[in-house]
Amino acid sequence: MKTLFDKIWDSHVVQQVEDGPTQLYIDRLYCHEVTTPQAFDTLRDKGVGVFRPERVFAMPDHNTPSDQQDEIHDPVGRKQVETLAANCKEFGIKHFAMGTQDNGIIHVVGPEKGLSLPGMTIVCGDSHTSTHGAVGALAMGIGTSEVAQVMASQCILQAKPKSMRINVEGILQPGVTAKDIALYIMAQMTTSGATGYVVEYAGSTIRNLSMEGRLTLSNLSIEMGSRAGIIAPDETTFAYLKSREYAPEGEAWEQAVAYWKTLHTDEGAVFDKEVTYRAEDIAPRITYGTNPGAGIAINGTVPTLDSVPEAEQAGFLAQLKYMQFEPGQKLEGTPVDYVFLGACTNGRIEDFRAFAEVVKGRKKADGVTAWLVPGSWMVRKQIVDEGLDQVLEEAGFELRLPSCSSCLAMNPDKVPAGRLSISTSNRNFVGRQGPGARTILASPLTVAAAAITGVITDPRTL
Amino acid sequence: MKQKFDIIKSTCIPVDIDNCNTDLIIPARYLASTTRDPKFFGDAFMHDLRFDAEGRPVEDFVMNRPEFREAPHEGVHEIIVGGQNWGSGSSREHAAWAIAGYGVRVVISSSFADIHRNNLLNCFVLPVVVSRDFQQELFATIARNPQAEVEVNVPEQTVTNVSTGRSERFELNGYKKYCLMNAYDDIDFLLSSKDKIEAWEAAR
Repeated sequence: MKTLFDKIWDSHVVQQVEDGPTQLYIDRLYCHEVTTPQAFDTLRDKGVGVFRPERVFAMPDHNTPSDQQDEIHDPVGRKQVETLAANCKEFGIKHFAMGTQDNGIIHVVGPEKGLSLPGMTIVCGDSHTSTHGAVGALAMGIGTSEVAQVMASQCILQAKPKSMRINVEGILQPGVTAKDIALYIMAQMTTSGATGYVVEYAGSTIRNLSMEGRLTLSNLSIEMGSRAGIIAPDETTFAYLKSREYAPEGEAWEQAVAYWKTLHTDEGAVFDKEVTYRAEDIAPRITYGTNPGAGIAINGTVPTLDSVPEAEQAGFLAQLKYMQFEPGQKLEGTPVDYVFLGACTNGRIEDFRAFAEVVKGRKKADGVTAWLVPGSWMVRKQIVDEGLDQVLEEAGFELRLPSCSSCLAMNPDKVPAGRLSISTSNRNFVGRQGPGARTILASPLTVAAAAITGVITDPRTL
Repeated sequence: MKQKFDIIKSTCIPVDIDNCNTDLIIPARYLASTTRDPKFFGDAFMHDLRFDAEGRPVEDFVMNRPEFREAPHEGVHEIIVGGQNWGSGSSREHAAWAIAGYGVRVVISSSFADIHRNNLLNCFVLPVVVSRDFQQELFATIARNPQAEVEVNVPEQTVTNVSTGRSERFELNGYKKYCLMNAYDDIDFLLSSKDKIEAWEAAR
């Protein structure tokens, strides 16, 4: 009896190193400009080329501006993006350049182009590679040295992690989204609760999520320490992938689907750890602290000091000091300065539809700076085709160009020191959106509600 | 950057921050680099905790205190003792480059985030996992005596708090031990296995 994780792992073992790691074959390597320059240098040092260039896809996303994409003004960022293009040309790797219709955030582009498929092993020098697990792949973040290893040999050396299944059962309440499920799980698990594990998400609530909802959920897996977050493929997956640019076609499609239907955990397979949550327990969520697990229901209150274990109290107070919140404080009604819709977590068409639905016929609050950043040019085109850009414009919002944007302050979209931002991204660490910036993580609905009222608002009350 | 491991005996820098994420270890703006210069990354190590917005040293941050400020060299500050879940968050190997660039050769903690632990090993910085108890006792020892030494014996796989004499065995698989003691990279192993890879591909 095997878990889905076992099946994918076992089918990719090239060899087992004695008293050492497993050598795993990698089906897909994604590259962006931040974690690859030194990897390509390593190849040059070793005098080798990319072993299987047809399996590698590259695009810049972290440094790309979201206001215009003719030029990157920052010379350091510009050099990094140019370096990626030059390296791809030298080593014969497919490169989706900034400002072109194929470009976008790597974890948005991969799935939407059908480059991430069920049963694949997928890596990228980026911890949110876990996103691709939503299609039923084993997708993990790696470091730059490992990127070089995969470029050189299409393999990595890894010790096999333990397995965990997180079940979510029941019906999601209105106003509650996949992002809220993810934030709820992070709060239950903490930032290290799944370290050493590969997680599989299962249960009726998960089965009922759309593919984009699943991508959002898998995206946050790393925030509880799990390198990968797999969701078994099903009819939702097949419908999503069919006819995508790089998905199999014709006879190959039929064969692929037949194989993909075997990609599920066997009845009776045992996980090292298993937990179950109920969808009905999940409300729209926000974070109050400086890690993704430090969160509450939107209509809840920041924990009181005596509810925090003694050993964690100093850390808890330090988080609150940075965020300028108090123990026991109700956060609804707190004014926000910046709102961000986008990132590999929530930069897809369903996220923009959800945001547009809330703001339709209403107006952006004065004093709020809003960054609405599609995850890819393909998503942006669909936003425009559906007329959502008009809805957004009438409400006083500007639709920007695809980029990682303010997720991590590596391009012009930086939140100034001391300002409070509510964001659909995935990290609220100290200084993440800019030195001294304060970040609250939330769903597109919750971010939309705050964009309209100018304060933290339960979207269910609008 | 690649030094063979054997026995390291050194004073330590205590960074008693639990869940010290890689954004703290190296802020994202330093990732927009194409360099491999160890000094660039070493200077960025824990930058926004070490320095304020104007670039002045933050006096009461542990790394700026006189007793811990000395740059690492043989026997001095080659070891960091970190809080639990060291290196959580982003997969940036730049965090490991910052630690290595600063001159540290060993990080001791009760737990490491998975990706960061692999990154440290790939940079020839040894992550040593100890019990929470050992870690807490070590922080207490260093608080009493900043010159306290720790001995990390790679062949024996032991870590010793020299002041108290307390010792623990740490985990290290045979393959990785060989690599660390002989300055051998994973990429060299993988490149030497090309025949096996091609055979596996053909049999798929």
